[in-house]
Amino acid sequence: MSAILTVKDLVTRFYTFDGVVHALNGVSFHLDQGETLAIVGESGSGKSVTMMSLLNLLPMPPARIEDGEAIFEDDDGPIDLLKLSKPERRRVRGGKVGYIFQDALSALNPVMTVGRQIRESIMEHLNPGEKAARDRTIQLLEHVGIPGAKSRYGNYPHQFSGGMRQRVMIAVAIACDPKIVIADEPTTALDVTVQAQIIELTKRIQDELGIAVIWITHDLGVVAGIADRVLVMYAGSAVEISPVDRLYEHPQHPYTEGLLAALPRVGAKRGKRLASIEGAPPDLLEPPRHCQFAWRCPYNFDRCWASVPPLFEVGDGHYTKCYYDMDQERPR
Amino acid sequence: MADPNGHPPAVEHPPEYLVRVEHLKKHFPIMQGIVWQRQVGAVKAVDDISFGIRAGETLGVVGESGCGKSTTGRAILQLQPPSSGRVFLEDVELTGLNESALRRIRPRMQMIFQDSYDSLNPRHSVGKIIMEPMVVQGEMEETDRRSRMAELLDLVGLNPNHAVRYPHEFSGGQRQRINIARALALNPDFIVCDEPISALDVSIQAQVVNLFEDLQRKLGLTYLFIAHDLSMVQHISNRVAVMYLGKVMELADRDDLFDDPLHPYTQSLISAVPVPDPKLERNRRRITLKGEVPSPARPPRGCVFHTRCPLAREVCSEEVPEYRGIFTEHFVACHFADPKGGSKIPV
Repeated sequence: MSAILTVKDLVTRFYTFDGVVHALNGVSFHLDQGETLAIVGESGSGKSVTMMSLLNLLPMPPARIEDGEAIFEDDDGPIDLLKLSKPERRRVRGGKVGYIFQDALSALNPVMTVGRQIRESIMEHLNPGEKAARDRTIQLLEHVGIPGAKSRYGNYPHQFSGGMRQRVMIAVAIACDPKIVIADEPTTALDVTVQAQIIELTKRIQDELGIAVIWITHDLGVVAGIADRVLVMYAGSAVEISPVDRLYEHPQHPYTEGLLAALPRVGAKRGKRLASIEGAPPDLLEPPRHCQFAWRCPYNFDRCWASVPPLFEVGDGHYTKCYYDMDQERPR
Repeated sequence: MADPNGHPPAVEHPPEYLVRVEHLKKHFPIMQGIVWQRQVGAVKAVDDISFGIRAGETLGVVGESGCGKSTTGRAILQLQPPSSGRVFLEDVELTGLNESALRRIRPRMQMIFQDSYDSLNPRHSVGKIIMEPMVVQGEMEETDRRSRMAELLDLVGLNPNHAVRYPHEFSGGQRQRINIARALALNPDFIVCDEPISALDVSIQAQVVNLFEDLQRKLGLTYLFIAHDLSMVQHISNRVAVMYLGKVMELADRDDLFDDPLHPYTQSLISAVPVPDPKLERNRRRITLKGEVPSPARPPRGCVFHTRCPLAREVCSEEVPEYRGIFTEHFVACHFADPKGGSKIPV
């Protein structure tokens, strides 16, 4: 399988009055055609900043992309998403790459009917003519499971429930046959029964259209159900990348191991303590010159405090940013 | 059988229960008109629920947004006076107390909120925040208050020297610890925890849940633990109540509820929760409910769940199912619930 997106050494910083926030410290990953890559991490770990950097959605200033490249395999050859001109960028956003935001109510325009919002995007990117765009919009609304799509075409976002709004967001994201859809915590604000519906819908659409999906979440349960591969982020770095099964069976970074252990297990007896990761994530204003996780790491040793570990390959498609070999129980 | 109003028979709660709730209702009126206001309806946030909480146990309350779980917690503590029904703390009927009597009993029951930042005064130091309940109660000297405050900070795992700091200087998990310390200031018996960990990151959630459990063991606390995260509720609770549109759908011992859920709603709720195990997830057959929760201002007739229930038949849209015991200590509000599994959704 060939990569549709390859990101290398992405560095994003925010220049604020308090100082420089080191939001991303060299993030590298790739996305294969048609696969689902889940990005997990806690708040402030850089999940959303990574995606917004790629699509140039961050306010600049204060943000600045300092380094890196993001090669997207377009139909007529590879392009670097970070070096696009304004009109090229417009062609990518919404056309080649769809974005599903967490909060559908603030992502949709409240004074424009949902039909018009979807149609507008189709006209902008595909320009099939007003009538065809309208038909396609209604088809899309039906496709994402909105009952009575024809009559709902002229409704405003507030007239939809939370789950239905998220379906509209999905319709917007896939309206122009994108190659990649970025889903930024699309189910976090929803109830579990509705979350299950949205996950099912996303999977179905992905199978039908062969879209590659980047799914950002902090819920390791959701990841287990949707992902082919997982990228774990901590304090602005990708600390582990792995195929999903390997990650859950053989986490190779102490942070991933800690996260998995902190989840309550189904069928576990009451009174059994949850394994917790002591401490809190570091302040990104003054990032240390050593492993970001060393403070909280149960395995830390002298080398962890001397330099930032590189990404080690520990198996087929499995990488970890850690000096400690957890299988051999000794430093690498 | 159900009485003519569709109320379940009064559930008898033996004296070992610390808190008893009987036919609790909280309806919020919907008003219309500018000068001449008139009530045009009511949001039935909590609609006739009964249960008891044993001393020293954790009763988990789960349900989706708008099911009335937070309102239940507030109505029990009389933060929002119930529309009808009775609430007892041991032998004292809270629903019958006047302001001053309620104030005297308040030290015994406390609440911890979801938003740890909004519930702390940003202009007060942490020490002042934790000492405030003692000041209000007015039974302690200044020096005693200070030493008690230091003791509390230590108890919840914070450095007593941090008493001079302000809430914004702490992280989310630490702020929740401050909230816990304040709730413990007057040695309560009963604490309502309203989604106390929902806003925290996974690695911090575990720290705070462990703290809740340690404190319960040390101080013999009784919790009403409200959450929407089923796996956390399963971890922390002794018994669990499942709510939907203002009603308790099922209440049972936590192992009975999770191993053998009788109500179709509980079954689908448990089935909808993603499990952190990719192999299990791939082979899982899921019960996916259609639609979303109806508005509590216009709840469906009959069983409130019938609009989404895969097992619904005619009787469900006509008659309110009785909330009754199927097994010992396992209560369900479903017409088809029986020990042979009549309310099981075939997967």
